[in-house]
Formats: sequence, structure tokens, C-alpha cells
Amino acid sequence: MTLYKFISSVLRPIGKSTLDLCQVFGKISLFVISTFTHIIRPPFYWRELLSSIFNIGYLSLPVVGLTALFTGAALALQIYSGGARFNAESVVPSIVAIGMVRELGPVLGGLMVAGRVSASIAAEIGTMKVTEQIDALTTLSTNPMKYLTVPRVLAATLSLPILVAIGDIIGIMGGYLVAINRLDFNSATYLNNTLSFLEGDDIMSGLIKASVFGFIVAIMGCFHGMNSDRGAQGVGKATTNAVVSASVLILTTNYLLTELFF
Amino acid sequence: MISIENIKKCFDNTMVLNGINLNVFKGESLVVIGGSGTGKSVLLKIILGLIEPDEGKIIIDGQNMLDVGRANFLKRFGMLFQGGALFDSLNVWQNITFRIAKENNSITKSQARSIAEEKLKRVGLKPEIAELFPSELSGGMQKRVGLARAIASNPEIIFFDEPTTGLDPIMAGVINQLIREIVVEMGATAITITHDMASVRAIADKVAMIHNGSIQWSGTVKEMEKSSDPYLNQFLRGDAEGPIEAIR
Repeated sequence: MTLYKFISSVLRPIGKSTLDLCQVFGKISLFVISTFTHIIRPPFYWRELLSSIFNIGYLSLPVVGLTALFTGAALALQIYSGGARFNAESVVPSIVAIGMVRELGPVLGGLMVAGRVSASIAAEIGTMKVTEQIDALTTLSTNPMKYLTVPRVLAATLSLPILVAIGDIIGIMGGYLVAINRLDFNSATYLNNTLSFLEGDDIMSGLIKASVFGFIVAIMGCFHGMNSDRGAQGVGKATTNAVVSASVLILTTNYLLTELFF
Repeated sequence: MISIENIKKCFDNTMVLNGINLNVFKGESLVVIGGSGTGKSVLLKIILGLIEPDEGKIIIDGQNMLDVGRANFLKRFGMLFQGGALFDSLNVWQNITFRIAKENNSITKSQARSIAEEKLKRVGLKPEIAELFPSELSGGMQKRVGLARAIASNPEIIFFDEPTTGLDPIMAGVINQLIREIVVEMGATAITITHDMASVRAIADKVAMIHNGSIQWSGTVKEMEKSSDPYLNQFLRGDAEGPIEAIR
């Protein structure tokens, strides 16, 4: 009996956690399907979409730009330091460019936007839920999925590739500035090496990743906001869950997409 | 006419509504009373189609809303939420004309604004507040803007969820008077949820009391004052002692 109780006390929480996890995956899947069905059916809220593009895309530019600038600069120093061990300092421009465009630009951009945008969306929609604004939308003949989720998801999916493209350029320029001023590279040679080693596939794979990460960021923010519990604690928990789940999903999806493009 | 037939709803094995039956006639003002946590708001949300009942029918003018779908009925509804539920990102006039602007693409900004100003005047607010955002308004003003939004599209049926909660007695009186006047003026059917007895006396044609998930008592305001129902009397007196347990 004691052995049974012991095994039961060990297995029960594992079973409960597994069931809870399956339930969350199921809910997220249904939420994603519902979002897609609403994306393709009118009415479309263009004003909400433009406002979301401004909030998610334009206002994230400083944080993504600064992250890219310092990452590119640090990357140039690190590659120079590593390359110098086997007389390969000349690879700095190409590796900074490829590293930024294929990997660091989309991943760091995605993570920074996850921190800023997922949290903001979850807090906004969560507060709307607890103050009955979402019920009010429904009673005013407006579908909350169409009015709140679809514009944010479309805005993030469309904005993030543009943000990342700008971030890539800024990151490469960060590496360029360090290489020219600190590592004594020739300006023309550096730019020439950057451009000649960078291929169209590198850029495309980075931008596709960014678009997928944008989708994840907005979906997680909207999902956790819409499913927020009551009270300030409920909204706080929804915000935390949105950022954590978006970040983990970005890193996981990044590996899967890298395998796909490899 | 609205007929609520045998509505049942459980949450996590707790029976909240256990066979609610009510009739509200056109142009009538029904007030549903009952203690906190007795399922009044759940009933309202079921009638509005925001929550699906486990059993029962909501029949509006001969059509079961649960079969036909709420979308066909929402245009006929107006709702004043407990906290106003104004959209934070929109200013006062945009909140008031939200539905009108959505349903009528040809309406201009100035036309919408003038409708909003007219509704603001109707609820006793100055048109100058039209540009303000909800966070810049007092609780009483938010309720009145919420009322203006609820009546903006001239609905046939208006719902009020605890319209005077959180307001001082004078502002509560103003809101009660406004609700009564507007409902009579529009010839609308009204369903109000409250536990404020001053509201009941000011706005009700008919009163229904929910207790233990079903209708404990129903009748007119006059009948309510003379009733010998021990549950209703305890509620009216506000006594801790009586058949209704104070700790739920």
C-alpha cells in the first residue's frame, strides 16, 4: 500500500502535467486555426492593421536597431579574435554578414520583439478581457478575433521581416565600424567581401524566419491575453506566459527552420 | 417578447443556474435581483449569447436564439456593462459610435461625431468631452458614456449589468432616472441586474429574485413591497439573519 501511494504520488503530477500540456497545445492549435479562418474572411479592419503595424513595427525599430548594432560590432571583434588564431582574419566581413543575416538578425530581433510586443499585446488584451471590453466588442456585433487578433498577427508577420532586414543592415554596419576603426580593415575591401559572400538564399532564409517569428510573437500575445485570468495577477501571469512561450517557440522554431534551410 | 425557458448552467460541477424560467414582454423593464454569486450576471450573459447554457432556450419574438445564432440578434441589443467597458484606445465619441461606424461605412467623421454629441447630451454630459479618452473620465461619466453607447443605435432590447455599482447615491439616482427615462422614451425592453434596491424601485416594472440557481420570487414592485416571501424580505431588509445564508 505504501509502495502504491509512493508510485501514485510520483506518477500523478507527471500525468497531470502531461494532460495540462496537451490541453494547452490543443487550445493554441485551435486558436491558430481560428485566426487563419478569420484572416481570409471579411470584414477587414484596415485601420487596426495600420495602427498595429505602427505599434509593432515602427516602434520596435530602436530596440531592434540597437541590438543589431552592438551584436554586429561584438561579432566582428569575436571573429577577428578567433580567426587570428589560424591567420583567417579576412573572414570577418563575410562571417559577420552571414551570421547576422541567417541567424543573429532574425533570432535576436524576434526575441527583442517578443519581449516588447508579446508582453504589450497580452497585457492589453488581458486587461480588455477582465474589464469586459471583449464582451462589449461582441455585444457591438464585432468579432474579437477579427478586431483584436487578426490585425496584430498580420502586422507582426509583415513587420518583422522588414525590421530584421533593417536590423541586418545596421548589424553589418556595426561590424564594419569596428573593423574599420578598431581592426584596421580597408573600407572598400570590407564592403566588397561582405557583398560578394552574401547570397540571396541567406537573405531569404533570414526573412522567412523573421516572418514566422513575427507570427509566433503576436499569436502568443493574443492567445495568453484572450485566456487571461481575472485580476491584476491574472493579467501579469498572462504577460509573463506570453513572453516566455514566444521566446521558447522562437528558439525551437529557429532550429527547425535552420534544419529546413540547411 | 423574451422567454427564458429552463436555463441551466454548471461551472466545474457547481450548478449556478438550475432551471430559470422568465418572460419579459415588449416595452417592459425587468429587474433581476439576488445576492452576489447567485448567477445573475451569468444569466445576463446567457441571454446576450456570451455564455452558452447547458440546457434551455432563449426565445426572442418566437425564435430560439441558441438555434438561430446570436449574430442575428446582437443588432437589436444594447448593453451597459458594470464598469462601463469603454474601449481604452478610442475616445468618447468613437466609443459611442463604434457600432454605427462599423455598420455604416458611408457615415462621415463629422456625422458620427454629431450623433455622439447628441447622445452625450441625452445622458446629461457636455459635448466637449467627446474628444476625451475613458481614462480621463470619472466613474459616473464612464457609466453615462457607456449608457450613451448602449442607446446609440436605438436598440429594441437594452441590458444593464449593475448600473449603479461603485457610484455615490446622487450619481446612482441620476443613472437610475436616466435609465427609466430612456427606456420609456425609446419604448425598449429592458433587463437589469442589480442588488441595489433603489435601482429596483426606480426602474422596474417587474422584479425577479434568483436564489439557489432558480427564480425564488417574481412580481411587480408593489407586490414586492407587500410580499411575505422570507427570502425576498430578508434581501429587502438587508438582514444577516434569515433563510439566505450570509456566507456563501
